[in-house]
Formats: sequence, structure tokens, C-alpha cells
Amino acid sequence: MLEQNLEITVDELRHLVSDRALEGETMLLNMGPQHPSTHGVLRLLLELDGERIVTCVPDIGFLHTGIEKSMETKAYEKALVMTDRMDYLNNLGNNLCYCLAVEKLVDLDVPERAMAIRVLLVELQRIASHLVFLATHGLDTGAMSVFLYCFREREVILDIFEMCSGARMMTSFFRPGGLWRDVPDGFEEAVRSFVESFPKRIKMYEDLLTKNPIYTHRTQGIGAISSEEALKWGLTGPPLRATGLAWDLRKSNPYSGYERYDFEIPVGVNGDTYDRYTVRIGEMRQSLRIVEQVLDTLPGGPVRSDNRKFVPPPRSELGHSMEAVIHHFKLWTEGFPAPKGSVFVAVESPRGELGCYLEGDGGPKPYRVHFRTPSFATLQTLPMLCKDHLVADVVAIISSLDPVLGDSDR
Amino acid sequence: MGVETKLGNLGFVTTTLEKVVNWGRVRAMWPVLFGLACCAIEMMAAQSADYDMSRFGMELMRASPRQSDLMIVAGRLTRKMSPVLRRIYDQMPEPKYVIALGDCSSCGGIFNNYAVVPGVDEIVPVDVYIAGCPPRPEALIHGILTLYDKVENQKVKDWA
Repeated sequence: MLEQNLEITVDELRHLVSDRALEGETMLLNMGPQHPSTHGVLRLLLELDGERIVTCVPDIGFLHTGIEKSMETKAYEKALVMTDRMDYLNNLGNNLCYCLAVEKLVDLDVPERAMAIRVLLVELQRIASHLVFLATHGLDTGAMSVFLYCFREREVILDIFEMCSGARMMTSFFRPGGLWRDVPDGFEEAVRSFVESFPKRIKMYEDLLTKNPIYTHRTQGIGAISSEEALKWGLTGPPLRATGLAWDLRKSNPYSGYERYDFEIPVGVNGDTYDRYTVRIGEMRQSLRIVEQVLDTLPGGPVRSDNRKFVPPPRSELGHSMEAVIHHFKLWTEGFPAPKGSVFVAVESPRGELGCYLEGDGGPKPYRVHFRTPSFATLQTLPMLCKDHLVADVVAIISSLDPVLGDSDR
Repeated sequence: MGVETKLGNLGFVTTTLEKVVNWGRVRAMWPVLFGLACCAIEMMAAQSADYDMSRFGMELMRASPRQSDLMIVAGRLTRKMSPVLRRIYDQMPEPKYVIALGDCSSCGGIFNNYAVVPGVDEIVPVDVYIAGCPPRPEALIHGILTLYDKVENQKVKDWA
């Protein structure tokens, strides 16, 4: 494997670059996969005319982990841990998408309280993800302090996740049929104190960037795309909403009880890097509104379905119920069988439309799992967005699209 | 204050070459940025204000392997990425050290399939393994201090 020749001859790239590159008029430059501003292991092949980009060829797959294939070898409930590692900034969102798909496939009910807590945690995750976007976007456009502030607030959210599940990032907190367990004491206070303190923080980020001429010069009019083009390329999420189209699956196709909460869809005007930033800032505010509403209307009751054929019984029952022991044994050794058939469920992840296609073959393991990931669709617009911009703008454009390579390569 | 009080009025100190060189290496350890996946986010968190890795002289993450002597492999290493890892390791000047951050880079973690390399020690020699999926920032800091310990106790005959 190591003896592979890493050098790529110009001949192999002939169809990708313009004729001028072959005559030596323009320069071919490799960017990545180990580059601090490619957000992981994205590799770009840039054809440059001086500082201007003539062609930009993204090369993905450096983080292809075989997650979909691995999930086919695991029972439905155990395959869940794989989804955490896909889009590693939106762990709970991936859990939610997969759980909704399993629940739809086997027709499993979810208690009201579990649905509400799912919405709350996913919205907190959205804020955490946008904070990482803001941090890295700040770094890439030359604002180091934004990074430090954003990670400070992100720690507060991670502490809330740790409180619930015991893990900071890979929580696997949502399970088919509800949650792993109820949220602990002190959860509501922790979320409330975050909800109270966070609006001031958002204002602080805006003070640092929104009207800062150094920042606006580097982002306004850079990497713009129109609504029609964005739809044609399959863009979703903040990059699509930045073009002015208010498309959000939480509104248009509500899941997990989103129709009960009142929120707006922030949109941009020009679809450029700056608008993608403002849309995400607006989304953080809206997510906060949703979190507040969930907290105010949080219903009581169980957090797991009591359908014992799909959801393991609580540990306390194992001591005195033979039936519970049998269910526990069956579910953890074999898993539950799902009927033949396929489902597709899409949710709104911080990066766009995250879809899960699940096909059952009557056994306890999925026959096929496929994820429609937003970063994959987003990255294919990169050549168009980067065209005729400067090398330094490529960095700003990549970070404004906020791709996660684990999401696109999986 | 500082070194002057140790010197007395003689103007020199007696120590071993080993100690001086190892002291120097530990206090100027620059890691190369090699964020691959989830663990890279925790590596960034370790740099942030809450954990502040710069307390241990680590704030300088270099993007260039030529300027660094420690590689923190953060995340799962895939077959496609492994030649790149090796090339970057080869570009680093001696002496160089490797930390495998997280389960995936230590042993493949939860992934046992065609795509993931089961441990970066198949590609490069590893000095310190850090367990966790992903490890907490404290675990990364502990791993780095463990590496410091190892470097401080190096013998002349082992120097590369």
C-alpha cells in the first residue's frame, strides 16, 4: 500500500483542467488533504492563473469509513453507534435521523416527552455545530478571538450532553423507541441558564464580525450562488437559505413534533459567504427560541416506548419478571426483526437535509443503509463557487459551506 | 530571580548533556496539525480557553511538518489517507514523536471493515496511545504529559 505512487501525472488530469494548464500557462496547485483550512481531509486541485482560480477539482473520500457497510452487519439498535461518528458535529441529529427511520420501518411509537427532549437536544446540537462553524470560519478569515469565544460556549452545551448521556460528543442518547434514559436532575436549570446567557454571546460574536470591514471585505460577494442554481445542485440547509429561499424541513415536513413550536426561517439575499454567515447566526437565535419553548411545555411521562418487542425493559424489571428477562435476552443477543420494505426519512441537520434510507429484509439486521448527507451535495458546488476568486477566498468559501468530511465520505 | 540564583557567582552549571537536550526538546514541542475526524474537534477544544493546552507549551500547532516534531494523529485513518500520513511523517525532521489520539487511531476502534486502518502503528511508529472515543481534552493533555515524561528520560544511546 505504501509503495503506491503518489505523484499524479498531468495526463491523468487532462480531462479535469483547461488546455492552458497543459501548455504550462497556468499552474496546478495541490491543496490538502492535510491542510488546516480544508476542515478535515478535503483535497482540492486548483488550477491557478496568477492568484485567480481557473478550475477547482475537489477530491473526496479520504475519510471514507465504510459506515453504511458496517451498519449492515449490526442489529438495528447496535448500528446506532455508527451514526454518531458520521457527521461528528451533529451526533444527536444523526441519531435522530436513524431512529426516525427505524421507528418508521417497524412502526414504533415514541412518547411525547421523548419527542420533546429530542427536539431540545437536537436544537442545542445545532447551536454547538454552528459555533464550530463560526469558530473555524473566524480562524480562516483571520479572527482568532472568535474561535476562543465560540469554543467556550460550546463547552457549556457539551456539559449538558455529558450530564444526559455521560459522553461529550458520541452520545448515542436517542434509541429507537425513545431515549436511553430520562434527563437527570438539574438538566432544566442547566439549559435555562444557557438560554439566558447565550443571546448576549451571540451579540458579542456579531460585534466582532458582522460590521467588521476586514471581515465583510473578505466575505461579501464571495462565492455567490442563485436560488435556481442552488436547487439544481441539490444544495440544502444554510447555503440554500442564504440565497433567499426559505426551505427548511422542520417547517415544510415537520418531524418529531416540530410543528408545535414557533420559529422563523432566517434567509439571506445574495447567497454569498457573508449571507451564509448571517443565516447561521439567525438560526442560532431561532434554535434558542425552540429550546425555550420546549422547556416551557415539557410534558411528563415515560421516555421510552413500552413496546417490549422493540425496546428493552428497564433493569429494575429484570429482577422479578421472567418475561422481562426473555425480552432483554432476545433484544440484546439477536435484536428485533424488521419487516421487508424500505423507508426514507429526512431531517434538517445543521448542514442541510440529512436523509436515511433503510431497507429491511425481515431479519434483525438492515439489508441496506444509505445516508443522503448534506456535505456531499454541498461540496460539489465548490468548483462553481470558487471560480474566478482568489486563493485566499477558497478558504473562506469552504468554511462558509461548513462541510464535515465525515459526513460527505462516511 | 530565575536562572541567576542557580548559577551562584561561578557563571556555569554542571549537568549532563542528556538532561539539557531532553529539557530543550520537551519545552519546545511543536505538534503538526493532523486532524482527521471527530478527535480533531476535541483537539481543538483542548486548545480553547477551557482547557488551554498552551499551559504546557503546546499552543503552536504547525501546519507544516517541516517545523514540527510531534504528530498527533487525531481520528480514524483510512486506507486512502494512509500514504499521506506516511509522507507527512517522513517529512518531519528528527527527533519526531507520534501520539495516536483516540480508539480509531490506536486500534481501529469500533470500525472493523475494509476502509479503516486498524491502528496507525501499521503505518508509523507510535509513542503514546490515548484511549477514548473521542478522548476528553484532559486525556489529550495527559497523553502529552506522558510523552514529555518519556522524552525527558531518553538516553543518549537511543537518540536518533
